[in-house]
Amino acid sequence: MANPILTLSGITKTFPGVVALDKVSFDVRPGEVHALVGENGAGKSTLMKVLAGLYHPDAGEIIYQGQPVQIDNPLAAREKGILLIHQELSLSPELSVAENIYLGAWPTNALGVLNKRKLRRDAQAALDAMGCSFGPDDRVGTLSVAMQQMVEIARSQAFSANVVIFDEPTASLTDTEKDQLFTTIRGLQAQGVGIVYISHKMDEIFELTDRITVLRDGQVQGTVTTRETDATAVTRMMIGRTLEAYFHKADSSFGDEVLRVDGLSLKGQFEDVSFSVRQGEVLGFYGLVGAGRSEVVETLFGIRKADRGTLQWHGEEIPLPSPRQAIDLGMALVPESRKEQGLVLMMGGMENTTLPHLASYARNTVMDRGKERATFDEYKDALSIKTTGPEQAVATLSGGNQQKFVLAKWLCAGPKLIILDEPTRGIDVGSKSAIHTLIANLAERGLAVIVISSEMPEVLGVSHRVLAMAEGRLVGEFEGEAMTEENLIDAVSHHLARPAAE
Amino acid sequence: MQTEVKAFLRRHGLLAGFGLFLISVALSADAFLTPGNIFDVLRQVSITGVMAVGVTFVVITGRLDLSVGSLLTLLTVIVVDQHNTSGPAMAILITLAAGIGVGMFNGVLVGLVGLNALIVTLAMLSFLQGLVLFYSGGSNVNVQNAQTTWFAVFGRHDLLGVPVPALIFLVTAVIAAFVLNRTVFGRQVFAVGGNETASRFSGIASRWTVFWAYALSGLTTAIAAVIMGSRVMGAQNTIGQGYELTVLAGVILGGTSLLGGSGSIWRTVLGITMLGFIQNGLLLLGFPYYIQWLVTWAVIILAVWIDLGAKRGRILA
Repeated sequence: MANPILTLSGITKTFPGVVALDKVSFDVRPGEVHALVGENGAGKSTLMKVLAGLYHPDAGEIIYQGQPVQIDNPLAAREKGILLIHQELSLSPELSVAENIYLGAWPTNALGVLNKRKLRRDAQAALDAMGCSFGPDDRVGTLSVAMQQMVEIARSQAFSANVVIFDEPTASLTDTEKDQLFTTIRGLQAQGVGIVYISHKMDEIFELTDRITVLRDGQVQGTVTTRETDATAVTRMMIGRTLEAYFHKADSSFGDEVLRVDGLSLKGQFEDVSFSVRQGEVLGFYGLVGAGRSEVVETLFGIRKADRGTLQWHGEEIPLPSPRQAIDLGMALVPESRKEQGLVLMMGGMENTTLPHLASYARNTVMDRGKERATFDEYKDALSIKTTGPEQAVATLSGGNQQKFVLAKWLCAGPKLIILDEPTRGIDVGSKSAIHTLIANLAERGLAVIVISSEMPEVLGVSHRVLAMAEGRLVGEFEGEAMTEENLIDAVSHHLARPAAE
Repeated sequence: MQTEVKAFLRRHGLLAGFGLFLISVALSADAFLTPGNIFDVLRQVSITGVMAVGVTFVVITGRLDLSVGSLLTLLTVIVVDQHNTSGPAMAILITLAAGIGVGMFNGVLVGLVGLNALIVTLAMLSFLQGLVLFYSGGSNVNVQNAQTTWFAVFGRHDLLGVPVPALIFLVTAVIAAFVLNRTVFGRQVFAVGGNETASRFSGIASRWTVFWAYALSGLTTAIAAVIMGSRVMGAQNTIGQGYELTVLAGVILGGTSLLGGSGSIWRTVLGITMLGFIQNGLLLLGFPYYIQWLVTWAVIILAVWIDLGAKRGRILA
């Protein structure tokens, strides 16, 4: 067995009030894919930032190619041959592929003028080694997310990386793109590169990796060989308990129709969308990223203005609402991106919770803090949110706890319809399961629920009825026995088989 | 230990530095910390202070208002001129209405239309300077019955030994702090500055929030113009020149972030007052008048630098 190319021993990193990493030891061997798993807040991201030189550990040692090293900044890490592929890509969309690959290390002549020819030639070589279909002169902003990720990975060729760290690389990829990514990773592996693979997705981890290290609360719970373990065992290590039923479908009886949408259209986004949802029903929206699902619900909620279409609310036709009117009707939208759309990160949990309902927490326009505090306390307990108090800025909370505040801010006003757009994206298994249970409880209490998800098991697991969407159109509706993965894939792929209309 | 010192300097460094400055000036200039001088400084800062209170709302929404300097000139000219023709009460009403009007005009362009705040208010700065000359025909205006009018109370009188302008500054700040911290509108200002998209998703009419913030900025500049007119009992065509920068400097020095979403009224009061004492101290120490501009510049750069450092610290933590 090869010697490790990179070894961390006893790495400790503390932030005021938190031990983010507690004597963490971890190693990567050349040509291996080593998974790093753990719930949100377990310390994975912190560990990666230590490796990339963004954080400096308080104690512990990093040994790289047999030598103790100190990594001062990301550029230094890259020059040493340690490359971090971020969850949110760190590319400049206005620059070309070649310029992005060598960002911060552009070849120059003696006068400091950019050597464009060398830049192009080197970038082309890196792209060829990866089998990329785009060229070094393409502008990065015009590429798909998957291609942009390839640009980042191409840096591994350009800088002869020995260690490449992937942080949740498949979060926004389609299945085909994911397969391409795996092929690329296996290619790197064959070159003898050591790979660290961070993911929440068990199927990926077991498909791709050689060893798994589990982090919990900043400590290593253990490192296991992938072949000798299974998903249940790893999950147990991650959360310290086993998850029984992963999905919990609401056992509810359907009541009156809450919302009916007819012929909703928005040019360039979606076309002729019609559906309805009843009290107690969980309606799933399945489709790939870019199918137009988020755009549809944002239009219902008044964030976007529809070109055509009618809305019925509890059987009465109403004009398309503004967000304020939608909230006052009793609609709630848990948006796709909690940091950009869901929360004001600088504000505390309490202020975020009451934000959509300020008028009902005010007397003569003066905020009633006692009432706000009561709601905060109620939802902190009900959703078991881990926070030090109402004033703690939500920016400092883990992803799962942030998402709970997004839920709290919509649940506290007692909505009649709640729309959840990718409610479990990027959060850990434990929180995921809690959210699935919550969805079921909401439906059982008589709410109409719409769940948008790109994860097929999720959408099938929680919904009573599923609508499939592709390229801005509804392409199928499935209920009961017909709700199967095959049917959903058929519906979506049949539609996508047509040449893509730009 | 070392990190604790760093954290302290980050949090309170400006205040500590200011304390040192006060002590060292007091030791070398006997007149500095006397009630008379302190009231002089307060009288001086009340004009920029009242303006800065309104501008703080705009800055917390993540925007700028550079038009307040020219607006101060215009409104001072108006209040003095109208005092002669329509009487003091009417003059004050017209001035407040004009201030709010200009603020709303900025608010329409920046908030409702969505144009860039820097460009809109910089253009307004230039436009209003032109309007001043149009209005006054290029000549200075003076209050005709300066010795007898009750209009003098706002800029020249004391109440219980405290200068009235300082009291107006205080009352404006207390009301503004209440509005910012305790009302629905104040919460919306923080939300829009902190994350405009999330605010829209929460049903907040962010454009109107911005609109009203600019209207407030216009109102406070009008109050400042009343103080200015009363104090000077006249107005030159350049009387408010450069005030926009002093006001902004006070807001930044107080620690209200130009990125929006955080800040407070009392911090602005502190920032403006510190600037006032620094400028006064330098004069008492015998430095020439223009030195205060150089020092103001240095203090602003320092304040922004410390703010940035603290932000980076927070992001890494």
